[in-house]
Amino acid sequence: MKQVFKRPESLRDVSFHFCPGCHHGIIHRLVAEAIDRLRIRTKIIGIASVGCSVFLYDYFDTDVCEAPHGRAPAVATGVKRVHKDRIVFTFQGDGDLAAIGTSEIIHAANRGENITVIFVNNTVYGMTGGQMAPTTMLGQHTTTTPRGRSFLGDGYPLKVSELLATLEGCSFVARVAVNNPANVRKARKMILKAFETQVNNMGFSFVEVLSACPTNWKMTPLDALKRVDNELIPYFPLKIFREKTMPGTQ
Amino acid sequence: MNDSKKRLINGNEVIAAAAIDAGCRYYFGYPITPQSEIPEYLSLHLPEVGGTFLQAESEIASINMVLGASAAGARTMTSSSGPGISLKQEGLSYMAADELPALIVNISRTGPGLGGIAASQGDYFQATKGGGHGDYRVIVLAPSSVQEMYDLTIKGFDLADTYRTPVMILADSVLGQMKESVVMGARKKSTPTKKDWALTGCEGRSPNIIKSLYLDGDKSSEHNRKLFEKYQRIQKNEVICELKRCKDADLILIAFGSAARIAKTSIETAREKGIKVGMLRPISLFPFPNQQVKDISKNIKDILVVEQNTGQMVEDVLISVSENARVTFYGKPSGNVLEAEEILCQIEKCMNKVGT
Repeated sequence: MKQVFKRPESLRDVSFHFCPGCHHGIIHRLVAEAIDRLRIRTKIIGIASVGCSVFLYDYFDTDVCEAPHGRAPAVATGVKRVHKDRIVFTFQGDGDLAAIGTSEIIHAANRGENITVIFVNNTVYGMTGGQMAPTTMLGQHTTTTPRGRSFLGDGYPLKVSELLATLEGCSFVARVAVNNPANVRKARKMILKAFETQVNNMGFSFVEVLSACPTNWKMTPLDALKRVDNELIPYFPLKIFREKTMPGTQ
Repeated sequence: MNDSKKRLINGNEVIAAAAIDAGCRYYFGYPITPQSEIPEYLSLHLPEVGGTFLQAESEIASINMVLGASAAGARTMTSSSGPGISLKQEGLSYMAADELPALIVNISRTGPGLGGIAASQGDYFQATKGGGHGDYRVIVLAPSSVQEMYDLTIKGFDLADTYRTPVMILADSVLGQMKESVVMGARKKSTPTKKDWALTGCEGRSPNIIKSLYLDGDKSSEHNRKLFEKYQRIQKNEVICELKRCKDADLILIAFGSAARIAKTSIETAREKGIKVGMLRPISLFPFPNQQVKDISKNIKDILVVEQNTGQMVEDVLISVSENARVTFYGKPSGNVLEAEEILCQIEKCMNKVGT
């Protein structure tokens, strides 16, 4: 019998703890597929961040180091400077990367660190129970914006991909979503490209993945999928913002 | 092995040179006075030995780069001063919890706040009592000469690897900026410990994980007990202190670092005047020489503690001394440097009390 679908070898054979309808599981799978495809599982050192993403080591069958909140790009820098021939990636949420870790991500990108960053943007702090994130949409109700996020006082949702794309040090910056099969296929391609960028020693690569958090959005998983299309994508467009190519390949 | 050489060098540069001699090849830091000679020296000399020097965007980033390099199995260090060390406490707490070795140098300033760049011992509490959140300690070594800054830097790397824990060198600008003649490279090369826990990619083995999150109560207790037992082993095995002219002494002066250095002059002058003073100088501040203080205070009742702060190490002395010891404290708030004359004056005051 021909096997057409299986668990990526880079993922452990355990159930995800994520809430129903959460996209973390899909994103884990896509990252694991890229690692399998490039045959780099035994070269991988993953950097887990603080938030729902911290349990990376429970799911990935690779070396993993936990980083303090927001510091994953700095920890990844330390690891990669020691092991230049290993593949180092961080897996960070929006609270971790776009609030407390803003400094670390900007400077790692600007130095052109040869690492890959997977940035899960679900517009909310998940693990701490649904507080406002820097990426929370205007008007979005969270436990700390009970009247909805207002640009007066709370500011605007932060567009991290657009921001990083202005930095010369970045080699690959893209935003994707995983709310329908077509978007999942595109996301798979972009995540693979990001890891290829690092494998080819081309420098800093970054993929922002729009992700649903039905629990903290207080929506059904199906409505959450629709929200990604109707509210998130118009503000956070899906595209490649920056892409350097290998010299001589264009 | 005899490739030793003698150099006239300042305290900050000698720390940097010692780090290279100890096999440290990864430095991550951020500029702050009065320690900037350390990153400057390493930015020039680390690349010569194939090492990496990285000036980070912040103290927080630099300590986390150290965390990453240490997790990757490398000998690594950072250095800073008071306010910068405060920012590094997050990373230090994580590294203690993750059981990651590294050397952290604090050439302290006169805090609190931005303070100034003069000599200070005001970071004793922060250094020896953990410093960051949670129940942990780092090994703290306090040199009082440029030679000791060299020797203790190398020892610090060895201790860090042996116990898988961060080690701090605590000094100040008196030592950091002072030039002395130092014998370098005389020491036998340390054997790097095998780090089978390090993250190298899981080729031919099961994955390694470095973490400090333990939501399960039992696992959290187990982890913290393991750390506690490690600190007990360190306390038992790694105390370093110097006893000088204590045998015939009527008074023991206890001081560390630059204060001890200045007090040595006071003790010599007192001896010339016929006053029998000895010194106990803690070199390891954690582990503190509790037993040595206790033992000496059984025979010599009068103890004078001198610090360049308003009273920090004296608390460790007070919980260590035998019951009927008399402890006098003389502290000079950081800013103006302690002078040998004022310490001599305190010695004389104490001696006038002796026998009364």
